[in-house]
Amino acid sequence: MAPAVLSVTNLRKQYGGAVAVDGISFTVGRNEIVGLLGPNGAGKTTTINMILGVLEPDSGVVRIEDVDLAKHRSRALERTNFVAVYSPLPGNLTVVENLRFFGLIYGVGNLAERIEKMLGQFDLRQFRHVKCGILSSGEQTRVSLAKAMLNHPRLLLLDEPTASLDPSVAHDVRTKIRQATLLGDNGVLWTSHNMHEVEEVCDRVLFLSHGKILLEGDPRKLPGDNGKETLEELFIAVAREPLTLGAA
Amino acid sequence: MNPRRAFGLKRAGAIVLRQFYLLRGSPARILPMFAWVAIDIVLWGFITRYLNTVASAGFNFVPALLGAVLLWDFLVRVMQGVTTAFFEDVWSRNFLNIFATPLSISEYVTGLVITSISTSAVGLSVMLALATLVFGLSFFVYGLLLVPFLLVLFLFGVALGIFGCAVVLRMGPAAEWLIWPIPALLSPLACVFYPLSALPHWLQLPARLLPPSYVFEAMREIVAGRAASGFALMLGGGLALFYVLLAGWVFTRIYKYVVRSGLIARYSAESLS
Repeated sequence: MAPAVLSVTNLRKQYGGAVAVDGISFTVGRNEIVGLLGPNGAGKTTTINMILGVLEPDSGVVRIEDVDLAKHRSRALERTNFVAVYSPLPGNLTVVENLRFFGLIYGVGNLAERIEKMLGQFDLRQFRHVKCGILSSGEQTRVSLAKAMLNHPRLLLLDEPTASLDPSVAHDVRTKIRQATLLGDNGVLWTSHNMHEVEEVCDRVLFLSHGKILLEGDPRKLPGDNGKETLEELFIAVAREPLTLGAA
Repeated sequence: MNPRRAFGLKRAGAIVLRQFYLLRGSPARILPMFAWVAIDIVLWGFITRYLNTVASAGFNFVPALLGAVLLWDFLVRVMQGVTTAFFEDVWSRNFLNIFATPLSISEYVTGLVITSISTSAVGLSVMLALATLVFGLSFFVYGLLLVPFLLVLFLFGVALGIFGCAVVLRMGPAAEWLIWPIPALLSPLACVFYPLSALPHWLQLPARLLPPSYVFEAMREIVAGRAASGFALMLGGGLALFYVLLAGWVFTRIYKYVVRSGLIARYSAESLS
């Protein structure tokens, strides 16, 4: 059996006395989109930063396609890419310059061809020579998504990727990522506060609260299993009464 | 070539390419590469001309003073070449994008250094052209020793640049203002314009720990028609190499610290200072 694209085991991070992530374990399989949900401060971004190698865990192991991130950082991250709404690409470079720069860093083969494909796929051709800093936030997100797909990542980390997109573009982006995941051999870890989006796109969700995984399952079945009508209701319950839910 | 090493070189090359893109589209970045050094050469060129007219005959201030200014400015340009390329990532809040990639720290620093070679070469060429064509500075005076002079100063400039980047990585973007004055702070001990013996005894030891002091001592020996000490220059070169390794070690340690503490991830979201 092929290894999971992402395997996280007993991951823990503490800042002073505050535990941000408390020994979580999970996997993301091939052709699978896993939603990482939870209220602000639940530990989602801390988890993503540890998977991206920009934050060292106190303990635990991150494996990307069975490559240990702590031992073989470059090799593990060659198979990864990400979009984070709080980390736009440099605004002083044009769209094409950014894509070339990151394409070289990720060691993308046939880079010029690949860039053209991404420009077409994310409807960016007319912006190719425009500096990213003067694009709208939605356009900047599309450039970030193009960057994130450049290297055919086996693991794609998306931290609220559609937060600044209008509903139509957000729908297109979800469809593209869904298709790419179903047809390719990658997996996606997706954080979002939009529960309709999560239901539409995710195969499985993990609810984080106070750094722990409180609930895990199919986003379409999980609310019913926990006595709630919708995923949004369940989210609110996790945010307000995590201990009650955890006990249930 | 080992494919992983080839990928590493490509990644270092990406840092250089990024800097080229930034320079290409920005006169505000191109101008400082040569404007300040040109002003320095013009200013000191006229000062040396004036000194040659009022001082006793027989001593030529051009190779002694103007040459010293040129060599010192070269060191400053090398340092700033490294730090400016690094500051581009600070200014554009690009740390998360950069360090969440396969790019290793050694590849990143290599990219910064190659960038600095290119930008400082531009500054050096402008200085050489002005000093030679306008003020008659002849580098034949220094002979082949010009090569080790430039090499020692280059290495020390790289060391200062990497050290400056490490300070900003640890203390945050506002620490940028601690980095720019470093060359000015070191210049009295580097003995750019006067011999080491002009310093009080207690300052001579720290001056001997700075590689540029060996270069400028040797330069003055040559200008005075004496032989420069090859051993002293080698010592300066060895010290400069040691500082490069030390700065690389400091940068790596600080990088590990900011990854452990979470500072690097927060660079994108907020100022650290």
